[in-house]
Amino acid sequence: MKLREVKEILNAEVIVGEDKLDMEVKTAFGADLMSDVLAFAKAGSILLTGLTNDQVIRTADILDIAAIVLVRGKKANTETISLAKDLKIPIMTTKYILFETAGRLYAKGMVGCVEKVDNANARN
Amino acid sequence: MPTQETDHISYQRSFYVEGGNFNYAGTVSTSIKSILKQMDLPNDVVRKSALVSYESEINIVSYARKGVIKLSIYSDIIQIEAIDEGPGIPNIELAMQEGYSTATQQIREMGFGAGMGLYNIKSFSDKFDISSEVGKGTYLKMIINKFSSR
Repeated sequence: MKLREVKEILNAEVIVGEDKLDMEVKTAFGADLMSDVLAFAKAGSILLTGLTNDQVIRTADILDIAAIVLVRGKKANTETISLAKDLKIPIMTTKYILFETAGRLYAKGMVGCVEKVDNANARN
Repeated sequence: MPTQETDHISYQRSFYVEGGNFNYAGTVSTSIKSILKQMDLPNDVVRKSALVSYESEINIVSYARKGVIKLSIYSDIIQIEAIDEGPGIPNIELAMQEGYSTATQQIREMGFGAGMGLYNIKSFSDKFDISSEVGKGTYLKMIINKFSSR
């Protein structure tokens, strides 16, 4: 689905990357723990998280994450937003909780970037 | 696999990392990633290199007084070294275990400190070496093959 559809499904507000809403995204990963994001998230996925500091943006940049969705109505501070602009990473914020955010996207066809963790295939 | 002793080095640069300064945590790895991106390397090689650099950088900021991350590019491998002056690691075997952590609340609030750092570094490196001296510091060497597909 397009990022624009993600925005509509989640009734989200775009903070950075209004010009990138035609980007195609197929998979997602949700976590507040950046070490787990680094271990499991795949390039091109969207990241659902409640963490809003610079490390979220840097983690997304390192992993080639397509876009960040802040859940539970979180807003990033000005410095974090300007870092996302510099690194060209779209951010939107939704009032839905992480569970609802994931569920609503899943119901519309988005899937996890890994289904479950087992050491044989989760890390590569 | 060629080793750094016999292989030709094509690029080398060292980056200073300040311990305890969480505002800049990750800036070195962002630079390393952008340098590698310009070198026409496979995306997953750039990603793995940036990832091990980032976890190492977070470790230096979190635990050490100061450190250096050294990027060396050889014809077949990317070598990243993380050298810090800090407390060192008393029990490396324990520190390598998934879930083991001595992180402070500040580190956890950044989304780190869950005991995944060294474990991730080892998982994503093609070759990984660690040595540490208590009271002196820690040395990590990560090697990523340029043309590997794991």
